[in-house]
Amino acid sequence: MITPKLTVNISGIKMRNPVMVASGTFGYGEGYENLVPLDKLGAIVTKGITMDERSGNPSPRICETPSGMLNAIGLQNVGLKNFINERLPYLRQFDVPVIVNICGESVDEYVELSKRLSEVSGIAGLEVNISCPNVQRGGMIFGKDPDLTYEVVSKVRKSTHLPLIVKLTPNVGDITCIANSARLAGCDAISLINTLTAMAIDIHTRKPKLATITGGLSGPAIKPVAIRMVWEVAKAINLPIIGQGGIMDAQDALEFIIVGASAVSVGTGNFVNPMATLEIIDGIRRYMIEHRIDEIDQLIGSVKV
Amino acid sequence: MFLTEATVIDHLEIASGYYRMILETPKISCQAYPGQFIHTRISDQYDPLLRRPFSIHRIDRKRGRIEILYRVVGKGTHLLTKARPGYKLDVFGPLGNGFKVDRYLKTAIIIAGGIGVAPLLTLGEELVKRGVSTRVFIGAKTRGLILCENEFKELGCEVRVSTEDGSSGYFGTVTDMFRDFLLSNEDISGSSPSLFACGPYSMFREVALLTRRFNIYCQVSLEERMACGVGVCLGCAVRVKGGVYKRVCKDGPVFSAEEVAWNDNSQAYC
Repeated sequence: MITPKLTVNISGIKMRNPVMVASGTFGYGEGYENLVPLDKLGAIVTKGITMDERSGNPSPRICETPSGMLNAIGLQNVGLKNFINERLPYLRQFDVPVIVNICGESVDEYVELSKRLSEVSGIAGLEVNISCPNVQRGGMIFGKDPDLTYEVVSKVRKSTHLPLIVKLTPNVGDITCIANSARLAGCDAISLINTLTAMAIDIHTRKPKLATITGGLSGPAIKPVAIRMVWEVAKAINLPIIGQGGIMDAQDALEFIIVGASAVSVGTGNFVNPMATLEIIDGIRRYMIEHRIDEIDQLIGSVKV
Repeated sequence: MFLTEATVIDHLEIASGYYRMILETPKISCQAYPGQFIHTRISDQYDPLLRRPFSIHRIDRKRGRIEILYRVVGKGTHLLTKARPGYKLDVFGPLGNGFKVDRYLKTAIIIAGGIGVAPLLTLGEELVKRGVSTRVFIGAKTRGLILCENEFKELGCEVRVSTEDGSSGYFGTVTDMFRDFLLSNEDISGSSPSLFACGPYSMFREVALLTRRFNIYCQVSLEERMACGVGVCLGCAVRVKGGVYKRVCKDGPVFSAEEVAWNDNSQAYC
């Protein structure tokens, strides 16, 4: 029997396996500590960090939809300073790459965030969030425009030596166009997809189910969209891709890997099954044994079309 | 907290649309205390997708059991009614911060509106065990929906019920009944009682105002739509004084009534 090699290297971020947790679904690594040993994961992506602490959107912030959920948290987070002083020390204790998701209201804020985070130890990479649909300034505004994407990514690139991942929004016409802008601007990897802008109505009150009216759809409902987009980007550009969107089990993760993702992130799946990540790692390993695949690299982008 | 399988021992519709489920789950029953909740997967399918939070209604450590009491409100709870004895439920818990009972507490008041009685029976049991003299106010829409009146009476609590249609007990809401009680017992704060409440939002607001006026320390058990249940997703936010949000699942579900910014929270949340 072979012992499959699950390690992946995403532009210098060395991971023991390709299974990560998606931003905003694992806090700052502290919520599931009794169930999921952090050092079993490929990497952790933190909640989106902004310059200043943010209190987030009014309630209700979430609602369930068929095989999915809407959220409009509004980037509630502790802010850069508190993150560095109070949350990062906890994460440093674990032998796992920590990727910090950053979100600015302006290009300057993205630059400042990346500069400051590059000066501290314990961070393996940055994920530039140009795809949050739930804030009024910044976020998805950058990720919907190829020129703005280029501007923010190229400036962040100049301000950090850390591996740079850009997280894209699916709420665009041509995802490869945005991905290409990010590549030209010098990013090291692409992460996709963030949530799809969506809406739900309570027919009894005739009011939207979210206080912010619209929110971001996640969960199994969006997986086919995410698979299609990962496939498109993988064909178009030569950069590692972190695939995400509705991954619940190993089959889902393998689909992403086969269409071209070098790693995957579990998001909403953690809420449904807190052990999802560990089960997925195990499931990928079993699949590789069964199909006599020695290295995960042999699977990445192996789709037969 | 444990992520475990709990076996359904008994599952009964105790009033129209209200169910009581007894679960065998020794680990959770051992660790749980009043006011905490369990986060339950309804099925292994993805629709409904999210877990559902249920207050722990009763804790039976000797037999390794807990009970939940729930009202059918949507897809998830409707599906749950189909679970038969023997069914294994995927349960995560106990979660959250429950009621705080001061060790020197002598008198307590419990106020339950509708299904809000769910987390309060186990609290009543705990209070009585500790020798706390406990008065219980239960409100419901109509006679048939008054829950747990006998259970509280059997514990030895003084129980008053109200119905909004006047079909049993006091004619009005539970807060109207409680207000009348306070007005004829103005010296109540002399015994330094603690008040514990769970019910609809409108009830919380009234109770918060009354307890402030009569100088009674009040704890409320809040409800919100939840995803993770462990404080990471920030979905179940409640606005507290100072303009910030707290997480119902992790910072609560029990809060001091003084802490919550009652006027800033959406009425829609429960």
